[in-house]
Amino acid sequence: MNLTVALFGIAREIVGQSSLTLTAPAGQSAAGLLADLRTQYPALAGLRSLAVAVNNEYAAADVALHERDEIALIPPVSGG
Amino acid sequence: MLIDLVDHAIDVAAVLQAAESDEAGAVNAFIGTVRNRSDGRRVVRLHYEAYPPMAVHQLRRVAELAQEKWPMLRQVAVVHRHGTLEIGDVAVVVAVSTPHRADSFAACQYIIDTLKEVVPIWKKEEYEDGTVWVAAHP
Repeated sequence: MNLTVALFGIAREIVGQSSLTLTAPAGQSAAGLLADLRTQYPALAGLRSLAVAVNNEYAAADVALHERDEIALIPPVSGG
Repeated sequence: MLIDLVDHAIDVAAVLQAAESDEAGAVNAFIGTVRNRSDGRRVVRLHYEAYPPMAVHQLRRVAELAQEKWPMLRQVAVVHRHGTLEIGDVAVVVAVSTPHRADSFAACQYIIDTLKEVVPIWKKEEYEDGTVWVAAHP
């Protein structure tokens, strides 16, 4: 399946674009997506934290991703 | 409840007004502003980036959590700004009202502290000689 991942802040700068479309196995988990992206973009592994958001909620590691989900990578937030 | 993410100057008076309630004896506000120094470096300006739909959703979630913890909350108003901000600009305003003041201090602090942990907004500090995404690295 194809997943589209929105990127923000330092994650956007590391990857060099504001969204990524990638092919993932059916049933890919949030943790699996993170592992793949850290392999492809090693600088992501140097961040203090990196979360996956699915449809505006933080996703637990074992959450399965679907093609129509709105997926985003959330590097360490620093609002306020 | 007033929850908003804006790309222009925050109308602080309007946020305070949104927190008013005839049943409240206290309106408590936190106003976050852009400081000119960070870790000893002179900051020229800040760039805030947001993931707007999730940021608004999470701001609302934080306000709802505060209402659960402080059922006496009468009004909650939270407005965050994104885009490029200059020194002294207002980046965020949190305002709450409660019957008595102690709860208003506690709820206001809870909201700004939790906002900083969960709301997908990112701050990039610009110095005279470079930029850094705040708190991105250990």
